Amino acid sequence: MNAPNASGWKPGTPVEGHNAMSGPDTATGNRALMLEEPLLFEIGHAETTGVDLPEPQGGANRLGGFDRKAAIGLPGLSEPETVRHYTRLSRQNYAIDLGLFPLGSCTMKHNPRLNEKIARMPGFADVHPLQPVDTVRGALEVINELAFWLIDLTGMYGVAMSPKAGAHGELCGILCIRAALEARGDAREVILVPESAHGTNPATAAFAGYKVEDIPATPEGRVDLEALKARLGPDVAGVMITNPNTCGLFERDMKAISDAVHEAGGFVYCDGANFNAIVGKVRPGDLGVDAMHINLHKTFSTPHGGGGPGSGPVVLSEALAPYGPLPFTARDRDGVVHLVEEENAAEFEHTKAFGRMTAFHGQMGMFTRALAYILSHGADGLKQVAEDAVLNANYVLRSLDDVLDAPFGPSGPCMHEALFSDKGFADGLTTLDLAKALIDEGYHPMTMYFPLVVHGAMLVEPTETESKAALDQFIMALRSVAERAKAGDASLRTAPHYAPRRRLDETQAARKPVLAWNDPDMT
Amino acid sequence: MRYLPLTDTDRSDMLAKIGAPDIDALFADVPEEARLSGPIEGLPMHASEMAVEKHMRRLSKKNLAAADAAFFLGAGAYRHHVPASVDHIIQRGEFLTAYTPYQPEIAQGTLQMLFEFQTQVARLYGCAVANASMYDGSTACWEAVAMAGRVARGKKRKVVLSGALHPHYAEVVRTMAKFTEDEIAGAPPSLTAKPDDDGLIARIDENTSCVVVQYPDILGRLPDLKRIADAAHEKGALLIAVNTEPVALGAIKSPGELGADIVVGEGQALGVGLQFGGPYLGLFAVRDEKHVRMMPGRLCGETVDAEGKRGFVLTLSTREQHIRREKATSNICTNSGLCALAFSVHMTLLGEKGLRRLAMENHRLACQAADRLAKVPGVTVLNDSFFNEFTLLLEGDARSIVRDLTKRDILAGVSLGRLFPGNESLANGLLVAVTETTTEEDVETLASALEEVLA
Repeated sequence: MNAPNASGWKPGTPVEGHNAMSGPDTATGNRALMLEEPLLFEIGHAETTGVDLPEPQGGANRLGGFDRKAAIGLPGLSEPETVRHYTRLSRQNYAIDLGLFPLGSCTMKHNPRLNEKIARMPGFADVHPLQPVDTVRGALEVINELAFWLIDLTGMYGVAMSPKAGAHGELCGILCIRAALEARGDAREVILVPESAHGTNPATAAFAGYKVEDIPATPEGRVDLEALKARLGPDVAGVMITNPNTCGLFERDMKAISDAVHEAGGFVYCDGANFNAIVGKVRPGDLGVDAMHINLHKTFSTPHGGGGPGSGPVVLSEALAPYGPLPFTARDRDGVVHLVEEENAAEFEHTKAFGRMTAFHGQMGMFTRALAYILSHGADGLKQVAEDAVLNANYVLRSLDDVLDAPFGPSGPCMHEALFSDKGFADGLTTLDLAKALIDEGYHPMTMYFPLVVHGAMLVEPTETESKAALDQFIMALRSVAERAKAGDASLRTAPHYAPRRRLDETQAARKPVLAWNDPDMT
Repeated sequence: MRYLPLTDTDRSDMLAKIGAPDIDALFADVPEEARLSGPIEGLPMHASEMAVEKHMRRLSKKNLAAADAAFFLGAGAYRHHVPASVDHIIQRGEFLTAYTPYQPEIAQGTLQMLFEFQTQVARLYGCAVANASMYDGSTACWEAVAMAGRVARGKKRKVVLSGALHPHYAEVVRTMAKFTEDEIAGAPPSLTAKPDDDGLIARIDENTSCVVVQYPDILGRLPDLKRIADAAHEKGALLIAVNTEPVALGAIKSPGELGADIVVGEGQALGVGLQFGGPYLGLFAVRDEKHVRMMPGRLCGETVDAEGKRGFVLTLSTREQHIRREKATSNICTNSGLCALAFSVHMTLLGEKGLRRLAMENHRLACQAADRLAKVPGVTVLNDSFFNEFTLLLEGDARSIVRDLTKRDILAGVSLGRLFPGNESLANGLLVAVTETTTEEDVETLASALEEVLA
């Protein structure tokens, strides 16, 4: 019997001489399963609809004379065409479901499908935010139960659940700080933010009316405690520190930083984007943090959805909790969970709220998913999450630090993400080139050029939901492209070669922005 | 644990490769005193899929789902039928588990969808450009106010809010304005058949950066946006129109067409569902392209790749926080990508014809319901004009009546007492929303129940 695979080829390895795509042009421009899809506006018609609805029947009109007469310009598709349009589009996306997603600081981990099922239970998905509270006690219990977990896991005093995403949570935390300072008649003007911070930190502080100043870093990639102490004073409202930081390092001096800031009359905001590295292992409350947002879509695995929705509850210290926004939930002595809003805030002794962040009660659809994730893991599993995330990152770091420069590698282990620089790349080749070559290998690139403190930064976060085999395959691929970058392989400059699109011209997109479709016959 | 692939053998092999004696060695940078020795006390241990589902189902059952009641709530969140294919598409892993499309070569699916979404929203709103979404309507409203401040270069500090703006939206604007020192000129809503456009116009002056008007307004009425736009423009102020029910725009003129400069709103009604208030979908558009670079949030634009093929990228990111840091137009990062997809798929299924039919059906049913409810002794319909939501004046406290009716599985609407707590003059008001999901039987159930409780 002939061996069906006499060459010995197996998935995950190249076939000598047949690796590049070659063959004749096709009439459609498609390449078998790689299917091009026109815009909705090129295939749809105003007269087509995929929903059966009755013809307008005339009769009463109370639109006050504002009846729309002009065409809107919304093409429709039938249901089969709709499903095909979006299915074809979906296949041009990379996703966690397809492969490892090593985006440092973004924490792209597996999204359990149980959580999707639970979020769609009618008692959660089909309830209105303004229903009488007696008809939504279960929904309020979900919020309260998740709040309880978040407080316990962080060792904090309270939590504001309503912020809609991480950056919205940051704003909430900074507004709490501002309210607390104003309450003691202490107008302060400055928020200190390290250069390695996420861009949202300085943007948030500025949005809340503060001046933003840098905190210097040590050569080791951590906050320079002495320099920070020297800058603290009566004008400093607080600091915003990411811990573990964006270099993938734990801020060893966090407690000393907090003590110094408190002594100078300021508050400590912690960016909790990287909480997944320490969940179940360390409680930020024990380190003197006053406010920290938790990205539920990072640590607690609610799906990223191609750019949201997120959810950014903010845990608060005893000093800041009284200023937290409305509405929130509270359990009374009889175990009944209440919704605390403007009108009953006094009953719950919450009269100093700084206001309201959003119309309703927060991202319920994310709360149900996050709670299901937390309950699935439990206290023991969450600890394992942090440990495996850190183990996987260190495994990547130590498997590649002979071929890629790891600027903070010599100083010790990393937390949940491994940071490399472009040192040693051949002239003319950049981090961007390496990242695009990784696309050809079947991976989403790592976070590039962030943090800003490292030249040509590449921040790799494998997360805890990758197997050792998946990590080994990724390491092999990254090693290969790193070696090509060092050897000066010019083909990197034109990568990716095999993606649905070659490199896109972002300069043209910004110079002459085309942000909506214009029908050719309309122009 | 079912979500963690590493085996104990893997773990020890990997520690050996790293050269660490044990896992704690990797946490060496965490000071000893901050390290917890075991799992956090007082919290349960891991649970099976079956056990978690059971626990959550029990909590779910404690809520009265809209489908199990005669349901009339609106006030910024509307219940419409969402075609099954919408939920199927948003659950495809390539959309659900994708990241923000910063690597356009492998994110054309999300990017093309966003470009189509932006075009749909811009056309619906009668605007030139819409962004790729915000958190929700209320935060989009505040972002519009902040943008108007930028357009006025900080020289005009007064923001005029219509009294009939959703009170939670107004509260978000007031909250954020405390920190930017804008003067917020609000007003209590008045229970009149027509919106008080004259009163609003009288409050606009030379120091006004923007006027914020909801259309249809919180009581369901239709303000004369054109008149308000002209008055605002005369004083050099921008008109921000807020729409919380996008289906209405299948029946009524678009805010852009009537002269609004910035149009924002809640997109939840299409594709997203009620979800107890979130995640929802903030829509944000500008009528004139000249304001594009002042906009907050992500924008997707058309370009070409190295081979000349059409493709899409996130663009004009020099406005955004990850590039501009403290000089960004907003601190927003993550928005509502998957909700934008749900909205766009639902809108594609409807198309122009479907949207107009849906809108007219909503209006027809709402007119019928208003006529039926007006026949109930002790009930008056306030509105001269409305789309699918109107205000009833009851002879009695609407809030307690709503509570009573829940015992009969009737979710009768949103009482103005709940929306405007402490405002006694509004206590008799009840907002009633009617959509294609409302049956004649539902209306009859509500009408007869009101007949009984008001008798």
